[in-house]
Amino acid sequence: MRFSAILLAIAAALAAIFSPRFLDFHYLLDKSTLFTGTGLVALAMTLVIINGNIDLSVGSNIALTGCVAAKLLQAGYPPIAVVLLGLLTGTFLGALNGVMVAGFRLPSFLVTLGTMAAYRGAAQAMVGANSVKVPEGFTGIQRQLLALAPAPVVVFIVMAILAGLLLHRTVFGRWVVSIGTNESASRYAGVPVERTKILTFALAGLMAGLAALMEISQLEVARFDLAKGMELDAITMAVVGGCAITGGKGTIGGTVSALILVMLMKTAMGVANVKAEYQLTAIGVLLLLAVLVGKLDGKFGGRKTRTSTKAL
Amino acid sequence: MKRRELTAFGFLLVVAVGVALREPRFLTPTSIESVLLWLPLILVAAMGQLCVILTGGIDISIGSILAFAGIGTGMVFRASPSLPVPIAFLIGLTLGLALGLVNGGLVAVAKLPPLIVTIGTLATFRGLTFLLSKGDQIDSSMLPDGLTSLAHTGLPLGPITISYLLMIALTVAGATAIFLSLSPPGRAIISWGSNSEAAFLRGINGGKVNWLVYAVSGATAGLAGVMYAAKFGFVNPGTAGQSFELTVIAAVAIGGAKLTGGAGTVLGVGLGCLLLSVINVALSLLGIDANWQMLAYGVVILVAIITDRLGNRSSLETAK
Repeated sequence: MRFSAILLAIAAALAAIFSPRFLDFHYLLDKSTLFTGTGLVALAMTLVIINGNIDLSVGSNIALTGCVAAKLLQAGYPPIAVVLLGLLTGTFLGALNGVMVAGFRLPSFLVTLGTMAAYRGAAQAMVGANSVKVPEGFTGIQRQLLALAPAPVVVFIVMAILAGLLLHRTVFGRWVVSIGTNESASRYAGVPVERTKILTFALAGLMAGLAALMEISQLEVARFDLAKGMELDAITMAVVGGCAITGGKGTIGGTVSALILVMLMKTAMGVANVKAEYQLTAIGVLLLLAVLVGKLDGKFGGRKTRTSTKAL
Repeated sequence: MKRRELTAFGFLLVVAVGVALREPRFLTPTSIESVLLWLPLILVAAMGQLCVILTGGIDISIGSILAFAGIGTGMVFRASPSLPVPIAFLIGLTLGLALGLVNGGLVAVAKLPPLIVTIGTLATFRGLTFLLSKGDQIDSSMLPDGLTSLAHTGLPLGPITISYLLMIALTVAGATAIFLSLSPPGRAIISWGSNSEAAFLRGINGGKVNWLVYAVSGATAGLAGVMYAAKFGFVNPGTAGQSFELTVIAAVAIGGAKLTGGAGTVLGVGLGCLLLSVINVALSLLGIDANWQMLAYGVVILVAIITDRLGNRSSLETAK
């Protein structure tokens, strides 16, 4: 949290120096709708990582759910039904991850690596290389204003508050943290470990479903490569926001400030005409720096770290 | 053959016989050669990935390393076209090794989780590739003919030509098998992966093991980058090696290596690579859309980890 606040200030200062247009509030608000999908996924990723797991399949979930929703819309289903079915699809795909992780006791990074390929592969098998056009009437959510802000931004803020309450103010939230801190101790303390893990993955799926609906509404097309690489952004936001990658530590507030940091960085780089590939590098370096700093923090904080080669 | 290898071999047999029955063209020399054309890249990179996976780690960044090494090698030959062709493999290997050492350092010295490290370097190395190439593609005009012909020429084996690329890949696989089963560092990798506590007490240095496996993985991905240039005749900084890690990890998984570490053989992984190559060629022969490929890889990974876990259920319950 402290770390991300410092970075936030640095990024904003640099951005302001490099581009005068950048601090225009309306410009930022306009751009922020592009980050709401990633933001929603980052909220869920925070819970998954605190729970001691990881979800690499979020971007692929968005692609598959987005393609399903766009197909349903083309088939003439009413928008409200598509929203419900879309959220259901996303939640189902997330819960499937959870069942494999908790039910078979498999490492989450392997399960979600498999579903990362499988979900996006399913989207590709369904629509091929085509773009599925999203009918009018479902498009343009970013132009809808709710309480003076674009609707996606309002949806994100509401979800961030709900996620914060869920994680920091409910019994379920305490369970998420305690499993991430010490799974067997939680088990002995009577925490429903399996159920909590499955629910956490299902929540990640729900957020991915919501993000998918907002993404296809903004982009007006659905393709199998929708949200490709989004897991990198979401994991970076959670880790920069202070989540311990080994679980048990992290806050929604931290993730939200990291989201703002990444958004400022990407918008500033966009304004300064930095190529997408270099932006990718910047995010990758940011992720590595954040885990490094988190590690150092742990070291000086007195916790011992032992060499481990386990992937997560 | 052990149980894991037998499973992979069984899968291979079932798929190959099934495809041959549905589509007799599968047994013609042309089809078999196209299977063998797919093989070298996956096989070489899978050898490095196997070493990493044996320790219980993972290397997601190999696709970006492939692109970096392919571009770097192409640029050297663009600058001085008269260099002898074998130098290409040396350059690719060195570039890959350098990037692999970055991964190794972050895992071994900074003690960061391999998954996060290689997700970060996947993005970082891709950007480096763009920095290096300034966004330009390496075209076949910049690559020496002696290199691109390696994918198609070789020694005849009956009606089939075994390409020089495949021979290089088989040599790398053979060397990896000897390294893992006979050399002390190879044994250290396996014992570290099967029980790091016991390995530590036996005096094995976990840091060194980590440096080693990520360096090997980087070097083999670098070799695969040169093979990519030879096979396709071009290297694009953006698309070369995209999702390559999924193919390779799927090959290692289907080859019976335990994705959580400690078990896996070169022979099994080799069969896994062959199986994926057969599937690739069979999909197009049977007229199935190439769009199903990624779904197939994902399902392969999931089935492999779930069957492995179900097979070990009893030992797991006692370990808990």
